[in-house]
Amino acid sequence: MDHTGCSSPPSTFMRPEAFGVRCPHSRYESLTSSMELGPLLLSFEIAATATVLAAVIGITVAAVLANLRFPGRDLVDVLFTAPIVMPPTVLGYYVLVALGRRSVLGQAFEWLTGTSIVFTKVGAVVAAVIGAMPLVVKSVRTALEETDPTLVLAARTLGAPPLRAFFTIQLPLAYRGIAAALMLAFARSLGDFGVTLMVAGNIPGETQTAALAIYDAIQAHREDDARLMIAVLTGLVVVLLYVVGKLTARERSP
Amino acid sequence: MSAATLSVRVSLHARQRGQERGLDLDVAFEVPPGVTVLFGPSGAGKSRTLACIAGIVRPQRGRIALGDDVWFDSDTGELLAIHRRRVAYVFQSLALFPHMTAAENVAYGIPRDVPPPERRRIAVEMLTKMRVAHLSDRRPRTFSGGEAQRVALARAFAMRPRVMLLDEPFSALDVGVKKELLREVSERLADDPIPTILVTHQPEEAELLGERVVFIEEGRITRTASMSEGPFR
Repeated sequence: MDHTGCSSPPSTFMRPEAFGVRCPHSRYESLTSSMELGPLLLSFEIAATATVLAAVIGITVAAVLANLRFPGRDLVDVLFTAPIVMPPTVLGYYVLVALGRRSVLGQAFEWLTGTSIVFTKVGAVVAAVIGAMPLVVKSVRTALEETDPTLVLAARTLGAPPLRAFFTIQLPLAYRGIAAALMLAFARSLGDFGVTLMVAGNIPGETQTAALAIYDAIQAHREDDARLMIAVLTGLVVVLLYVVGKLTARERSP
Repeated sequence: MSAATLSVRVSLHARQRGQERGLDLDVAFEVPPGVTVLFGPSGAGKSRTLACIAGIVRPQRGRIALGDDVWFDSDTGELLAIHRRRVAYVFQSLALFPHMTAAENVAYGIPRDVPPPERRRIAVEMLTKMRVAHLSDRRPRTFSGGEAQRVALARAFAMRPRVMLLDEPFSALDVGVKKELLREVSERLADDPIPTILVTHQPEEAELLGERVVFIEEGRITRTASMSEGPFR
């Protein structure tokens, strides 16, 4: 199997060469349906990693936005929410500029780990995190803001410094909203297409997630090869959204 | 140490953020150890005054000090953080933590340098004193109004406060339960008198618990009296 390059059509709108990745041959990989499992497992691996990262960064940002007032607060909010409406190509462009092999961050990462961010699994995780982040920030912020502020103040008068009050009172009381946010983040990470294609390419076994493999199969009129992936993704998203609905509904009723 | 007097002088003007009404607060009074009632109609600035003392709201001008310990001084810029004041604040809503048991609620305010088993022991002891030890391992959702009140008061006493603020915590109770609870609270306060403020707009509550009364109306103090003068008659 070809692990070195970015193969499949249409590669006209994605030229990894421009970002320092060489494609020795642009040959179309023929996948048998037994290989559907590979992209699915890769999708799960990337989505799980991305959810953990989006949770750590997203909950921190949401906590800051919900509890602190500072100049530029609205700007931070816009920055972390923008990926919902921004075209994936635009986001992908920014990631390539910021984390590409010629960027300072990209070179630092490569020097430290020996692997580049773009057109590797790392890039696919970054793409998924970008898609999931706005959902985490928005939902967690709402959940934190819906907690009773008197309880946090009570904790403060009982001797708790701000961080202890946050971790022992506000955060546990918002757990339903946070659980819902993380499920949304996982579902979103699982299905990312645009940014992943832009910054990670479509490398079978390396960055070809289920969403990309489905695209390939449909393009090649091999719908049969995509059935399992389509069914699994659909079923999982339906279940996740159902649980999210349950979690947030009970949260609102007293 | 516990005999220090709390002196309060605060000015807080409308359009301060978080201010719901256009109220100008401008009050100055002393709270010696024992119970001082802050009496007035709703919207007079009673709760806002307590919030300033607890450190929840920062006044624009004034000085708040417990004896020689300055908590806030607008002239010097001194401001002691909420969690360092050791003020027991019993909110009108009681603010029991719904995700913790009664014992965990009470233990929350006991200093961190006390080891956890000891904190638990002190918490249960205080719940026993407030006659709700049987609720120790239950969560607030299952408590009756009177039970919740007792747990909230146990939590306030257990933190060994330097000042106690009671913001109409008894208003929702029926008269019988209220009288009994007020008696118990005054006994407990008499054990170790600290400056205590009871906010209320009910004269009988004030007479049962208070030694002094400060009348407040539209953000100004209109009168100060000792309860022995019979200010409500």
